[in-house]
Amino acid sequence: MMKMEKMATREGYGKALVKLGAEQQNIVVLDADLAKSTKSYEFCKHYPERFFNMGIAEQNLMGAAAGLAASGKIVFASTFAIFATGRAFEQIRNSIAYPKLNVKIAASHAGLTVGEDGASHQAIVDISIMRSLPNMTVIAPADGVEAEKAVCAAAQYEGPVYLRLGRSAVPVIYGEEHEFTIGKASQLREGHDATIFACGIMVAESLQAAEELAGEGLAVRVINMATIKPLDQEAVLRAARETGAIVTAEEHSVIGGLGSAVAEVLVENAPIPMERVGVRDTFGESGKPQALLEKYGLTAKEIKEAVYRVIERKNK
Amino acid sequence: MEKMIDQQKLEETAKQIRRDIIAMLTEAGSGHPGGSLSATEIVTYLYFAEMQVDPQNPSWSDRDRFVLSKGHAAPVLYAALAGRGFFPREELLTIRKINRPLQGHPDMKKVPGVDMSTGSLGQGISAAVGMGLAGKLDKKAYRVFALLGDGEIEEGQVWEAAMAAAHYKLDNLIAFLDHNGLQIDGPVTEVMSPEPIEDKFRAFGWQVERVNGHSFTEIAAAVEAAKRVQDKPALIIADTVKGKGVSFMENQLGWHGNAPSKEQAEKALAELA
Ligand SMILES: Cc1ncc(C[n+]2csc(CCOP(=O)(O)OP(=O)(O)O)c2C)c(N)n1
Ligand SMILES: [Mg+2]
Repeated sequence: MMKMEKMATREGYGKALVKLGAEQQNIVVLDADLAKSTKSYEFCKHYPERFFNMGIAEQNLMGAAAGLAASGKIVFASTFAIFATGRAFEQIRNSIAYPKLNVKIAASHAGLTVGEDGASHQAIVDISIMRSLPNMTVIAPADGVEAEKAVCAAAQYEGPVYLRLGRSAVPVIYGEEHEFTIGKASQLREGHDATIFACGIMVAESLQAAEELAGEGLAVRVINMATIKPLDQEAVLRAARETGAIVTAEEHSVIGGLGSAVAEVLVENAPIPMERVGVRDTFGESGKPQALLEKYGLTAKEIKEAVYRVIERKNK
Repeated sequence: MEKMIDQQKLEETAKQIRRDIIAMLTEAGSGHPGGSLSATEIVTYLYFAEMQVDPQNPSWSDRDRFVLSKGHAAPVLYAALAGRGFFPREELLTIRKINRPLQGHPDMKKVPGVDMSTGSLGQGISAAVGMGLAGKLDKKAYRVFALLGDGEIEEGQVWEAAMAAAHYKLDNLIAFLDHNGLQIDGPVTEVMSPEPIEDKFRAFGWQVERVNGHSFTEIAAAVEAAKRVQDKPALIIADTVKGKGVSFMENQLGWHGNAPSKEQAEKALAELA
């Protein structure tokens, strides 16, 4: 299933924007001096009249996006995830989420895999922040193909969306036939011993973990939970019922992200053993993306260890 | 080029709006009289002599827009909207009450005629910039009006927006500055002076006019001048008196965010009769 081709999710964003721009005249894209990095520049190249660079001014970026949306535009507002959700949080809350305006916050360079830029640029609580906002939909696509489809789905959806995109090239998991639906989990591998719920780059790691575990005699279900909000509760509860043990994996703090979202559903409905793989409440640092993932425990190895732990707890 | 306005009628309307503001705040038991009263002529002029809006079709896409960036002055906006027929005047007395649409700060999803949800200072002007950009993109003739407080412009976001409005040559954007000299903790010049405001906005690429914010003829002339400006946004600095029209509220810091008692309201309404 896994091709060795690689592509960053932000590339999928750029591709989708070019396609959407041709189909829908009312799509407008804004950036804050990072267009070449976020890939919103792809749109600018094709439709310069519908692209506005707002300069290094993220608060006004979000506010202007709100005003355009209030005037009937579908607006994509891009910057790095750290600045979108940090610097402009309150603008997102009060000018976008509260009035439920049609703004898609396409935030790139999320997670540790920003790499060498270091902790100041590594958004590892952005899912947590965005998930807590009423009216906000939160999507973290697993690969470039899914990113492209998620961006298109976000454009069709009426309301605020947070799209979490990455800088680094990640393995392409999906073929063009993949159907992405907001709020629907995507099962990539069947199994009954445990289930791994992952998002973003951790989906590929989870698939690798499951492959290795199969060789060690364990059948583990792998589900891509690209939509963190609204969460596909049915998929969580089915996994709880059918596999009795759950592991979550995300390139994000273990506080407030996918792991927390899954835990909330489990404790209220079907408490079963669960383990979270993620950044353990600490800041990152500079380094090569792969080295950072290894140092901060975000690889197939830690996922496998978590699966063994959770199965042991289930069997107690 | 002088615009014909019915000054007497506008003055009566302004008086009615001031009475509504007092009544609303008294009924609610909380809210912001000072900045609502200082902005009364500005808002009255816009809704009763200037803006193309349709109360039967509040989301008409060609309408002029108004963004109350200083959202705490919601009462003056609600009173003007009710006066223009966007919703029944009786509704005004439900402001700030649970299960009712008139929130303490304007909510565009709950109130017909409100073009942007505001309340967090500094944000409305950015939304107005976005609306101006949309108007340019769509080649529409509508204008976007915004109203800022003189304390509000201490927010950094206002200057991000000011820069963007000039950069994108938004001559469809006309912002008013309610220059009443007061914010919450004291006079604007003592708390954190944004002066000289005219120079700052000019340096940011705006056309700047200055008027007595309680004179309809001066407001009218400034708006007409602002409408003639090309390739630049315009700011109209309106020198006003916070609490204008109610003697004991005028220029009083304490009336920024306190509602009058029943007795005080009676006295205020007598002055506004
Ligand atoms: C971002 C933000 N910070 C603080 C406040 C609280 N606040 C409400 S009104 C106000 C003073 C506003 O002064 P000014 O802009 O001069 O308004 P006016 O005098 O016209 O009432 C403050 C600080 C707020 N609403 N938003
Ligand atoms: Mg003031």
